[in-house]
Amino acid sequence: MTHQYPSLSPEQKKELATIAQRIVAPGKGILAADESTGTMAKRLQKINVENTEENRRYFRDLLFSVDPSISDNIGGIIFFHETLYQKSDKGIPFPKLVKDKGIVVGIKVDKGTAGLNGTDGETTTQGLDGLSERCAQYKKDGCDFAKWRCVLKISDGCPSALAIAENANVLARYASICQQNGLVPIVEPEILPDGDHDLLRCQYVTEKVLAATYKALSDHHVYLEGTLLKPNMVTAGHSCPKKYTPEEVGMATVTALRRTVPAAVPGICFLSGGQSEEEASLNLNAMNQTPLHRPWKLSFSYGRALQASALAAWKGKPENRKASQDAFCTRAKINSLASKGEYKPTGQADKAATQSLFTASYVY
Amino acid sequence: MTHQYPALTPEQKKELQEIAQRIVAPGKGILAADESTGSMAKRLNPIGVENTEENRRLYRQLLFTADQRIDSCIGGVIFFHETLYQNADDGTPFVKMIKDRGIVVGIKVDKGVVPLAGTNGETTTQGLDGLSERCAQYKKDGADFAKWRSVLKISETTPSELAIMENANVLARYASICQQNGIVPIVEPEILPDGEHDLKRCQYVTEKVLAACYKALSDHHVYLEGTLLKPNMVTAGHSCPTKYSNEEIAMATVTALRRTVPPAVPGVTFLSGGQSEEEASINLNAINNCPLSRPWALTFSYGRALQASALNAWRGARDNEKAATEEFIKRAEANGLASRGKYVSSGTAGAAGQSLYVANHAY
Repeated sequence: MTHQYPSLSPEQKKELATIAQRIVAPGKGILAADESTGTMAKRLQKINVENTEENRRYFRDLLFSVDPSISDNIGGIIFFHETLYQKSDKGIPFPKLVKDKGIVVGIKVDKGTAGLNGTDGETTTQGLDGLSERCAQYKKDGCDFAKWRCVLKISDGCPSALAIAENANVLARYASICQQNGLVPIVEPEILPDGDHDLLRCQYVTEKVLAATYKALSDHHVYLEGTLLKPNMVTAGHSCPKKYTPEEVGMATVTALRRTVPAAVPGICFLSGGQSEEEASLNLNAMNQTPLHRPWKLSFSYGRALQASALAAWKGKPENRKASQDAFCTRAKINSLASKGEYKPTGQADKAATQSLFTASYVY
Repeated sequence: MTHQYPALTPEQKKELQEIAQRIVAPGKGILAADESTGSMAKRLNPIGVENTEENRRLYRQLLFTADQRIDSCIGGVIFFHETLYQNADDGTPFVKMIKDRGIVVGIKVDKGVVPLAGTNGETTTQGLDGLSERCAQYKKDGADFAKWRSVLKISETTPSELAIMENANVLARYASICQQNGIVPIVEPEILPDGEHDLKRCQYVTEKVLAACYKALSDHHVYLEGTLLKPNMVTAGHSCPTKYSNEEIAMATVTALRRTVPPAVPGVTFLSGGQSEEEASINLNAINNCPLSRPWALTFSYGRALQASALNAWRGARDNEKAATEEFIKRAEANGLASRGKYVSSGTAGAAGQSLYVANHAY
């Protein structure tokens, strides 16, 4: 690895860095609206709505047609392939509708997980075949960033060295290919919250996974200033008997990131996983109040945590459209505040009262 | 790698982190006075001084007796083994003299380079045998940090993957052992400035080497908040025909570090390599004025760049000691200012340097 064969020209680098910075501009985060058809079935079933193409179009239209001031809070929206080629009620293609609000259009490009033989149910993610050509087409069709999700889990024997190495490698290949085609890759190594492990265990695993991820990105010559990271927050497993405060989650998460994510990465947009809307906002807020130096933006890339109330308000009825849009805008505004550490939920003790809950970082 | 078996207790972590932060406190850097007996020969010969134990003692004494002006710019001193057990004229152990003025004592613990067979003259560094016991003893004898130097070089075929990986691994083993004994490890993966490669090549290689180092440190469960990094600045090779400005060196260096050194590392203390005293100060100053966000302290761990004038002024004569000490104090203060980005060298315009920064996307 002694000679450099530059993978990107200075102009390409500049474009990628500029796109990444626009997405995580102060107060902004990402709406993850890239639920696959199968995943949308689960969302719509909960509100007794049929999973038709029109219903999926209608709901995304509802979200994308809100007041343009949404771009104060939303820097990017991740699309699913189908949605990229759908139109609003007025016949405007969704990418145009979103771009005209000054929001960057992104596209999910992975093709789901595949089993890793000889492991305890671990997976890698597929989608590299023909990815370059697909990216080139997506770029023409209005996209400027992409997303690829890898999945790891915590158990007695997991994640294994193979799962960590293989997922890091495939994320790096995807990232490299995206950049060649002018797309900023969002790198998502999600560690599932399933299990009864405690906060420290999640922190430890997160540190190992992220260290492997950034080594792979270096090996694959990926330009970090033109990428974003979408990790899990560091939390205890769902079945862990011990409960932790948002401040503890914030401290553990920021500590893990400080030990692994180079300062050149412009922004970290957390996934919400199984968290409720309020939990996801409180935790993001705590991240941005953690008394440790954070050289990257800490923001959100939320799916359910931005849309749950909107879905519940809509219930598939057109007369609920405005209420649903209001619910979405409310969560967007709250998460925008949380991304600056300025979210003050009503009824909550103010910042000074919560400061004392921080344990000195050396314990982590 | 799925279960954590904590390598350090919270108390051990706290101690290591505090030591590291004291060394790189704002405005402070390190005096690398750890020249081996063989290296001291190379320093003393040019000034006509015989390389005896007494001369080495006299020389380190004139550095360590500098007045309180260095207390605000020297956070740590790296000792060679022999020096750790030497005393001043009045019988005060050097270690006590340094510690009593609030400066942290460090010790070089590696045992030099050895060849990597099958490579183009590349090396690894030895010194792991019995290192834990040696560290425990050094800690008892007053040392709170250590230093280990690995060496890589740039050529058509180097550094090879083996050299990068082997040196990263041995640095991580050393770091892990130090921390077990309450000693903050300074991790030094030096890429030599020899060669005709340009600035970009050095930046590229530095990024690869540092990425490998931090992966190895992670694999070996090293507590980053209790470490320091001692890298080369990113510069062109000595024989490169293109000359680069201090701002270009600074931008390339900070860019490389931002891409590889996690924010948890408290400080980066540059080696001076073959740079002159003034060059080393000006470059450090430019680094601290670089318009990119820098989450770690960026300071110095200089040997020759702090001592060249002092040696020259001394020339082995007791009568010259005060003058020699003054030279050292001057360089210490200059580098203290440089570590804050406030050094103005006579003969350079101050503000004029700012405009020379090239937008970072070019790097």
